[in-house]
Amino acid sequence: MQTSAELNQYKSHVRALNFYYGAFHALKNIDMALHANKITALIGPSGCGKSTFLRCFNRMHDLYPGNRYDGEIILHPDHVNILSHKVDPIEVRMRISMVFQKPNPFPKSIYENVAYGLRVRGIRQRAVLDEKVENALRNSALWDEVKDRMNDLAFNLSGGQQQRLCIARALATDPEILLFDEPTSALDPIATASIEELIADLKDKVTILIVTHNMQQAARVSDFTAYMYLGELIEFDETDTIFIKPKHKQTEDYITGRFG
Amino acid sequence: MYCANVTVKFIDNSIMNKTDELNKLRRIIGLHKRWDFLFMITGIIALMIAILTFIALFAQMLIDGMPRLSWDFFTSFPSRRPESAGILSAWVGTTLVMLVTAATAVPLGVGAGVYLEEYAPKNIFTEILEINVTNLAGVPSIIYGLLALGLFVYQLGLGQSILSAGLALALLILPVVIVATREAIRSIPVAIREGAYALGATKWQTVYDHLLPYSSAGILTGIIIGLARAIGETAPIITIGALTFIAFLPPSPITEGFPYISFEWLTAPFTVMPIQMFNWVSRPEEAFQLNAAAAGLVLVVMTLTMNGLAIYLRYRMRKNIKW
Repeated sequence: MQTSAELNQYKSHVRALNFYYGAFHALKNIDMALHANKITALIGPSGCGKSTFLRCFNRMHDLYPGNRYDGEIILHPDHVNILSHKVDPIEVRMRISMVFQKPNPFPKSIYENVAYGLRVRGIRQRAVLDEKVENALRNSALWDEVKDRMNDLAFNLSGGQQQRLCIARALATDPEILLFDEPTSALDPIATASIEELIADLKDKVTILIVTHNMQQAARVSDFTAYMYLGELIEFDETDTIFIKPKHKQTEDYITGRFG
Repeated sequence: MYCANVTVKFIDNSIMNKTDELNKLRRIIGLHKRWDFLFMITGIIALMIAILTFIALFAQMLIDGMPRLSWDFFTSFPSRRPESAGILSAWVGTTLVMLVTAATAVPLGVGAGVYLEEYAPKNIFTEILEINVTNLAGVPSIIYGLLALGLFVYQLGLGQSILSAGLALALLILPVVIVATREAIRSIPVAIREGAYALGATKWQTVYDHLLPYSSAGILTGIIIGLARAIGETAPIITIGALTFIAFLPPSPITEGFPYISFEWLTAPFTVMPIQMFNWVSRPEEAFQLNAAAAGLVLVVMTLTMNGLAIYLRYRMRKNIKW
């Protein structure tokens, strides 16, 4: 039996997770733990299931017919299995936020973009909204750039700013886990650097799970790394271990660029 | 020496060969380009036939009808004397019928479109439903007239009224509105939709806060194009039995005393612009033909204005949305 102190260091446990797109077995028997207030990176070649895995955490697959989960993702501290049919996916999404591959701000003002998650939760008081929006924008290092034009359309921001806006939007609701799905793949190197810096800063506030196709990025920002291949979790360990002395030959081949 | 000569000759030969080859190529290109030219001419002729025919028709109508257009023409009822006849009852009738049509077709069409696109489960039943909705757009309008005659006029006892006509035309343009709504919603990127869901929005919140506002330009365009079609429809209106000669207005929607709004006009007999035109065209007197041309002019301007409005709205609302 695990002690509560041991449990506290974990935000989530994945147990025997299988996922199917119709007949296609996309995730095979995955067991993993998410350490609280740490950054966990998912790496692997395209099509290995890392995005599929990430999207299990906010039940995004429920939006499309024919998808099926099997197994558990336990969310601590209340040990609820978020994949259970008894748990409303909307409740899961309110606890676990997500930032997408391509910046996807709504065609609304900067303010309304950040405030949307709060409005969905029924918050109406202007003062509360103002405060939370400002906090989120400060935490995503965007406040100084946008504070004078909160009513401008979000589309007028640069790509990197839009992605930080999306991070602010995800942060505004104080999520327990923040999911990043290749958040810098549509950005230039400078914007990428600023997003990486931001992600590294955010782990004090939130547990982070990030999918990346860029191994250097995983090495730079993450504390733990999981290597996936063809729907299986090949190796999961501290990032240093994975990158310096991986246990599996396959992992080593991938991170040294011999394969992938 | 001998050797050098041979080289020069060889170069000469190769240049000549090349020139030959190039000339052959140019001839072939020229030959192929003739088809470009031929097609261009055919295209221009085809386009001219379409445009010139319309311009000729419109010009004829303009010449005939323009002198008849005056304030009186809009404020007079039809009359046996062509010079004092006007389109008051016709344009009022058309406006009121369009009101009923819009008020019915917009909520039904947009609702059905949103349901089919966002809520309906993807199964064989929905598939059949979808094919049928698309096919409804191709059903001849007189069939809708017959349906309306049987259902609205007799079954539901609405009579040969503005309400029956408006509902008939609403049925007619419903497929247009549904298809426009679906296409407008479908053009919103998946990323936007997922962005809303990822924040914990329900289906309805996603639809109401995002999908409908972002697709409003497309939906509005569909509505206006549908109404522009309905405004010129004659067959279904005649089928349900609109009067061709009517010299009074329906009761006013706004009343003096409480509750200030009246819906009596819904059940009133009426006429519409195309029927008024049809009535005048069928008269033997030359002067009535001119009236018909003038009414036609008004109808065309109404339709073109609506289409113009649709284009403008689409441009205005799309300006802020790029994906």
